[in-house]
Amino acid sequence: MRVTAPQMGNLHLMLEDLFRRMGVDYVKPPPSSTRTLELGAKYGPEFACLPLKINIGNFIEALEAGADTLVMAGGHGPCRFGYYGIVEERILRDLGYDFRFMMLEPFSDGAWAFYKTFEALSPGLSIRKLWKILKVSFAKARAFDSLYKRALEIRAYEVNRGDTTRALKEAEAVMAAADTREEIEAAAAESMAVIEAVDQDPGRDVLKVGIVGEFYLLLEPFSNFGLEEMLGHKGVYLERSVWVTDWIAPHRKNIIFGYPHRLIEEKAAPYLDQNVGGEGRETVGTTVIFAERGFDGVIQLLPFGCMPENIATSILPRVQQDHDIPVLTLTFDEQTGRAGMVTRVEAFLDLLKARRGSRLQAV
Amino acid sequence: METTRKGYLGIDVGSVSTNLVILDEHAAVVAAVYRRTQGQPIKAVQEGLRELVSQLDEEVEIMGAGATGSARHLTGVITGADIVKNEITAHAVAASQVVPDVNTVLEIGGQDSKLIILDHGIVTDFAMNSVCAAGTGSFLDHQSARLGIPIEEFGDYAATSDSPAHIAGRCSVFAESDMIHKQQVGVAVEDIIYGLCHALVRNYLNNLAKGKDLKSPIVFQGGVAANAGMKRAFEDALETEVIVPAHHNVMGAIGSAILAMELELEPGESNFKGFEVSDLEYQTSSFTCKGCSNTCEVVRIKVDGKTLARWGGRCGKWELQDEGGVERKRKELLTRR
Repeated sequence: MRVTAPQMGNLHLMLEDLFRRMGVDYVKPPPSSTRTLELGAKYGPEFACLPLKINIGNFIEALEAGADTLVMAGGHGPCRFGYYGIVEERILRDLGYDFRFMMLEPFSDGAWAFYKTFEALSPGLSIRKLWKILKVSFAKARAFDSLYKRALEIRAYEVNRGDTTRALKEAEAVMAAADTREEIEAAAAESMAVIEAVDQDPGRDVLKVGIVGEFYLLLEPFSNFGLEEMLGHKGVYLERSVWVTDWIAPHRKNIIFGYPHRLIEEKAAPYLDQNVGGEGRETVGTTVIFAERGFDGVIQLLPFGCMPENIATSILPRVQQDHDIPVLTLTFDEQTGRAGMVTRVEAFLDLLKARRGSRLQAV
Repeated sequence: METTRKGYLGIDVGSVSTNLVILDEHAAVVAAVYRRTQGQPIKAVQEGLRELVSQLDEEVEIMGAGATGSARHLTGVITGADIVKNEITAHAVAASQVVPDVNTVLEIGGQDSKLIILDHGIVTDFAMNSVCAAGTGSFLDHQSARLGIPIEEFGDYAATSDSPAHIAGRCSVFAESDMIHKQQVGVAVEDIIYGLCHALVRNYLNNLAKGKDLKSPIVFQGGVAANAGMKRAFEDALETEVIVPAHHNVMGAIGSAILAMELELEPGESNFKGFEVSDLEYQTSSFTCKGCSNTCEVVRIKVDGKTLARWGGRCGKWELQDEGGVERKRKELLTRR
């Protein structure tokens, strides 16, 4: 059995670790590319959102690379995502591919079904062993996320463009090699030190921008044209509202984003007091948090046609007014060009600089 | 002692039109060119520069040059522009020069439209149409072709209409069928044309002005501002006066020239390569970098076999460009601190 799952940011590093511990042969899908998207756009429904199209492309490329078992996350709620696994399976079967398909439903939807999905991947795996594996692998995933978070902050101060990205690659390798709990702890410290060692200019006058929006768009750089790296290179300090491990376990104490879900809901409440699916409520709540913390601006990312984010988009002008924080909304689909995005981002940064009255404004 | 006249060059290369201006030291327009890009930005810039020079009655020393528009990077490389800025900022700068206390800028170009909100000369909010052409100049262009009336005459027709036809303008395809329907039932052509202007204005306001407060003074610029029917339709919808500046169709270029002026470069400090660039042969090519999974498309521009610049990669390893005046000045600022 050769198992694969869709590509999303650095999720493959976390899955590599988890599957290795389970004794599962993991096929990492080739990194998302224009070919991936072309395949997805060709076979996916036109009206579906960008993540579904990239998923389909990932699956096709992984099948080509020899995968025979596809794992897709399920879930429920008023966003279409919960249905995507089923649609993707149907499309791939219609194309004539032969594979085993598994939907991983969240733990909260039923512990037994959750366990049985893993057991099917690794026959004979006991509940006890699975629990142990999940715990240690999750601790490692947390360490990965902490690295990515720090890199978003440091990139704004790097002296030589690209140093942070290079250091991150090195840090990932250190982290990936860790196995036991003790090793993970040591690797977390060592890899963080690699990132901290990037040559920085601490006196640089940086803009602080919060990134909010739809889960996939925030986590997969291919889908947003590498927006975070581009902003970092322009000397923008970034914090992001969505992290893989926060999403898996939003109630844990050691949250990467730094704010418990309850607080985010509280901050959103004056504008949106209920779950509208996806990250709609979170987008509103975290925008308020960034504003209260004195960030210069917020950028919202969403796939074209995303209902929860469209609800948030229609609410954000009020947040923008009440909290006096500029918000730029960027919509992405397979027709989106990078140039249009760059123009809007550049103009937004000009706006933020002018608001600050910074002396770098003229330059 | 007689000195050469000093000037600032601004170039705006958009998808549909290419605009160039030379401003004097007081930001007054000395020469201006508005021409179609026709998918050949390099040629448009070269011929535009030639045309610009032919308008001058004396020699002008270019003290600074700026580039904007969707081909700003390419233009910056060819001309050696000192500052390369996005068109939103350029348009805002130009509008505040013409109407210093401007609060709202409406700009409609060929393929995109912008709304810029300013407060005391500082941009506080902006919006740009995203996925639809229905709120842009190409919508009118297309309908003028269908009506068989040149776009230049649209304004005159619209001016004579008393009751604009209501045309569904959300989508240019639906607008077209609705317009044909209006023709078939015998609505006068001037009412249809003025109705189209109203549809475009409605579309623009629905797409871009959602939840925004459009305060006076309002400046309307871009190629479409030449159409008096559009100005009138905006005034009807906003119930206030809308100002169309004299050089409304070259405002992007004016803005980038002002940005170059604000650099306050000393004589000889500008990176501008001179009007001779019109006579050079440029070759552009592109390739896909296989260095990592990003598979960036890298663009290369050459003169006489020598690579002038490369850009387009995300990591920066292909990046190659002459350092312009801005870059030097930025470094100076950084080291001074």
